[in-house]
Amino acid sequence: MRAAFALLRRDLLLARRRAGETLLVVAFLALATTLFPLGVGASPDLLARIGAGVIWVLALLAVLLGLERLFQPDLEDGSLEQLLLSPAPLEILVLARCFAHWLATGLLVTLTSPLLGLLLSLPSEALVALPIVLALGTPTLTLVGAIGAALLVGSGRGAMLAALLVLPLEIPVLIFGLGASEALAAGLEATGALLLLGGLLLGALALAPLAIAAALRLALE
Amino acid sequence: MHGYATPLRFGRILDAIYPWALAGVLVLAPVGLWMALVVAPPDYQQGDAARIMYVHVPSAWMALFVYLVMASGSAAALIWRHPMAEITARAAAPLGAAFTALALLTGSIWGKPMWGTWWVWDARLTSMLILFFLYLGYLALHEAFDDPERGARAAAILALVGVVNLPIIKFSVDWWNTLHQPASILRIGGPTIHPSMLWPLLTMALVFKLYFICVLVLRIRLLLAERRLASLGVERG
Repeated sequence: MRAAFALLRRDLLLARRRAGETLLVVAFLALATTLFPLGVGASPDLLARIGAGVIWVLALLAVLLGLERLFQPDLEDGSLEQLLLSPAPLEILVLARCFAHWLATGLLVTLTSPLLGLLLSLPSEALVALPIVLALGTPTLTLVGAIGAALLVGSGRGAMLAALLVLPLEIPVLIFGLGASEALAAGLEATGALLLLGGLLLGALALAPLAIAAALRLALE
Repeated sequence: MHGYATPLRFGRILDAIYPWALAGVLVLAPVGLWMALVVAPPDYQQGDAARIMYVHVPSAWMALFVYLVMASGSAAALIWRHPMAEITARAAAPLGAAFTALALLTGSIWGKPMWGTWWVWDARLTSMLILFFLYLGYLALHEAFDDPERGARAAAILALVGVVNLPIIKFSVDWWNTLHQPASILRIGGPTIHPSMLWPLLTMALVFKLYFICVLVLRIRLLLAERRLASLGVERG
């Protein structure tokens, strides 16, 4: 447990020292959001209808684009081997790493989502609902994405293959996340979708570290 | 089980299975097609167009079944490092992708006259499409590494992770309101399909399964031969 906290502290320190890189996520989100009014037309009705979906897709893409930074640098500078050699279980360390990564992507998406929603003329109910649901859904995105990142670490293959591996597994999160966001925004009963999202998160918390650790052990065999 | 970890003994089982499976396909395929296309009555609503069911439903079943074969092989490969299980999983993957593509394709052709559209984004269709991409991801991951051993084991992990999708596909028509009809054969309370249509369908399903076994044996033999060539230092031409 101490080792996991130490790793978390190191990752957060690294993220703070490279604040520019972290802010790139925000820049990416803002820029990608502007593409939609330009691409599908700037009518507020249309944007309000697709806005929540757009933000969910952008959250997914932001997680996907960050996957290469999850384990690859550690492999290159040798610290991944140190993690494996450490007496602490790799599954716990991996969980700490994913949490640090989520703070730098998923949490940023969650916090900026009301602003992005404003740009997409979402109604105010949706601006409140989105961050709540994103906070519940984006950790699952990171955990499932980390499986793909760990499988591909050291392969030298780009984001395309990672997308092919990870996207099919992320789709359920997208479906239930969007369902919950829209139900909450419309003032409808969203308990079912929220419970399912929470269930997905718990399942991913329990199972994804096993798969990630197995993939990392394989990579360093 | 480990007795069968050598290509020689495993090959002997394959040799024993293959002629029976092939004979089964050669005998049952004409019977099944004749039952499906001639004997079975046309659907009272859909007419003769419903006969595509006898291809569509077995390929959809096979799409799931082959993934199960692939995942079991992958699990055995990861747990016991069983080399033949690994080769079986690898050999099954393109077949599963082909069955999934066939199910999607025939479903699309069936959907156009019946639903008025080639494609809808409902749960059953979307989850089958995801299954197709899982197969593609497995195959791509297999080829992604210079070291084939690493590719095989990484792909095996992916195959196991993807198993979560199977119950979602199977029960998607029960959990969500979809355009696709709910399960009519494997359901509590017995099948809702009339025996005159059930028997041709089950025969066709058996034909598909035997055909899968035939092609699987051929593909395993191919992979074993390729591996042998590689170990002898012969490049694949």
